[in-house]
Amino acid sequence: MLTVVVIILGISFILYTLLGGADFGAGIVEIFAGKSEATISKAMAPVWEANHVWLILAVVILFAAFPPVYASLSWVLHIPLMMVLLGIIMRGTAFTFRHYDVHQGRSHKYYNFLFHLSSFITPFFLGMILGSMILGRITFDSTQGFYQMFMAPWLNLFCFTMGAFTTCLFSYLASVFLVGETSVDEERVKYGTFAKRSMIMTMILGLLVFIVAEAEGHHLTRTFLNSVPSIILLITAFLFCPVIWYFLNKEKNKTVYLRIGAGIQVTAILVGWFYIQYPVVIEVKDGDELTFYNTQAPPATLQQLIIALTVGLFLVVPGFVFLFKVFKIKST
Amino acid sequence: MDDLIAARLQMAVSLGFHIVFACIGMTMPVLMAFSEWRWLRTGRQVYLDITKAWSKGAAIFFAVGAVSGTVLSFELGLLWPEFMKQAGAIIGMPFSWEGTAFFIEAIALGVFLYGWNRLNKWVHWLSGVLVSVSGILSGIFVVSANAWMNSPAGFDWVNGKAVNIDPVRAMFNDAWRAQAIHMTLAAFISTSFAVAGVHAWLLLRHRGRLFHQQAVKTALIFGSVAALLQPISGDFSAKDVAKRQPLKLAAMEALYKTSKPAELVIGGLPNDDEQRVNYAIHIPKGLSFLAKGDWNAEVEGLDKASPQDRPPVLVTHISFQLMVMIGFFLAFVALLYLVFSAGWRRVLMKRWWLRIVAFTTPLGFIAVEAGWTLTETGRQPWIIYGIMRTKDAVSSMPGLRYSFLVVTFVYMLLSIIIVWLMRRQINTIDEFYPTAKTS
Repeated sequence: MLTVVVIILGISFILYTLLGGADFGAGIVEIFAGKSEATISKAMAPVWEANHVWLILAVVILFAAFPPVYASLSWVLHIPLMMVLLGIIMRGTAFTFRHYDVHQGRSHKYYNFLFHLSSFITPFFLGMILGSMILGRITFDSTQGFYQMFMAPWLNLFCFTMGAFTTCLFSYLASVFLVGETSVDEERVKYGTFAKRSMIMTMILGLLVFIVAEAEGHHLTRTFLNSVPSIILLITAFLFCPVIWYFLNKEKNKTVYLRIGAGIQVTAILVGWFYIQYPVVIEVKDGDELTFYNTQAPPATLQQLIIALTVGLFLVVPGFVFLFKVFKIKST
Repeated sequence: MDDLIAARLQMAVSLGFHIVFACIGMTMPVLMAFSEWRWLRTGRQVYLDITKAWSKGAAIFFAVGAVSGTVLSFELGLLWPEFMKQAGAIIGMPFSWEGTAFFIEAIALGVFLYGWNRLNKWVHWLSGVLVSVSGILSGIFVVSANAWMNSPAGFDWVNGKAVNIDPVRAMFNDAWRAQAIHMTLAAFISTSFAVAGVHAWLLLRHRGRLFHQQAVKTALIFGSVAALLQPISGDFSAKDVAKRQPLKLAAMEALYKTSKPAELVIGGLPNDDEQRVNYAIHIPKGLSFLAKGDWNAEVEGLDKASPQDRPPVLVTHISFQLMVMIGFFLAFVALLYLVFSAGWRRVLMKRWWLRIVAFTTPLGFIAVEAGWTLTETGRQPWIIYGIMRTKDAVSSMPGLRYSFLVVTFVYMLLSIIIVWLMRRQINTIDEFYPTAKTS
């Protein structure tokens, strides 16, 4: 039963990264790739709220099935989580305001500024939070003082690198997706170029994550090299790079391959990471750890949760297919 | 500022903000689907225009509701980690169903808002119906979780830990039915009267325009039915509270001493030191009858509990009075509306009537805020009634007041922008919809 819950949690996490991540990334692409508001608005408007719900689902699963994980994360990571929340509020509202405010003018400057800022902040702090969960500096010992308890676990070079990596990965996803959203050749080339650059940047930052982890005393490389499936998954993600590069250089109509390719890459990275971590969710200072096993809710709760989620997925998945069919396939 | 107070205020601001958007999210889809259905049946352009104009406004509220709801799902842990550690496994069930319902709502909403030219008309309408149903359901699931805090069920409390958890019993606790009905009706009343009020106000500026007349009519049909049902649901709720949370009822009614029979106190200013209510209207035996259905029944007062177990009286009593007052006023307006539309249709065009409807614009939402304030403060000092105190649930992170200040600032700013943006949208209705200009 626990396995089912963990799998659904994993799926919602992956889907949030792919869909929600691309939405946040689109804001970052907009900063660097210049004026492309129309394309991004058209691509995001019908789907971003539905994409965003994958995060809510993951949170709900976390607090219903693994209450201690949810409670302790939100206790010690209060500050970065607040930043993520502010980012989520700002992004959603600024995007909607600029989409629905019929007057063009000064107000749009502010909307754009907030939209760009929050599209950057949110993935960055999400990445920091993920980093702090594995780094092992989280402590529940109240005698440690404010800095050691509420700042040190996430305010360090490793979490910073994780934040940068996540942000870059999201903008890579977004630019690959956006290539297929526009019919203007000039814009397509612009997104293509951005996709290539962010791909290289993501690889560099990915390498940096390993190096900085060693520097901070967290032996990520050793754990990684001991896990054959993770090595295979990372190589898979890596091997897709030239394939995507090739399709980015080609003329039109290859958007489906591009999207599937980038989707596989990101999924491979996430699954590889789960594989190393499982069943640990939070590494605690002094070798302690919170795992899926030692934090799980009683069987009665897990059972009800699975029923709700199964019914939910049966309704939601066809809904999602329909939504994307209406807005993503017909439009290209 | 004390961190506990800061955390409570932050929760109050976040929920007080979100509840407005949640009410709109539950009601607007129903109004829009109804209006679109009338267009499909009659083919009259005005109904289509109303639906489209509403959907542009509603889209903003939906988006803000979605993100402010997300904030709440995190704040439960950010502010009350000790509560969530125990309650997560117990009330996870309504939240997981809520997640499902909200998911469907978000998908159907995307289809409804952006699928006008891409879908068959009836398929489009169906997506609106789906948004309505899932919106109402997700509201009910969330209320069920709140009802559990008032009426904890489905677990045994052993040495400060919940054991023998039964999530189904927790979800269908004793309070969920009364609360779900009351909240759903409140959502319909507040939103419908606000919509009707705005269009009535526009009618006062542009006399006789069909677009606004039809909009007022559609909104008032739903608002009136709900407003007339609400007093019945309110009575049901009060009797329910009298049974399960006598102290909350005592605070609502400012009943300091257990009395038999107990008098009904209307209005007034409770004075805790003197244990009495000043400037109030007193109706002998009134409370006994309303709470217990018997003119001579005993009603428990605040003196039944030791001082540290009593809820604050002033805030609870005043919020309750405000909610009831507005509730009855809106029920009266609803009654007038039904009478006028049955026999005196000409009255519905009169300026004085439109002024009354315009006046009701904010009232429903004020009542919603008041009602929510009373149910939360009336439960104090408990976060889980009789089980866990609010002060034992709060996060131990120092400096919670800064979170509170940031959240308050952001929500205040957002409120200002939204009001300003809605005014902009309303002022441009004429430009986009030809029927809004014709009489």
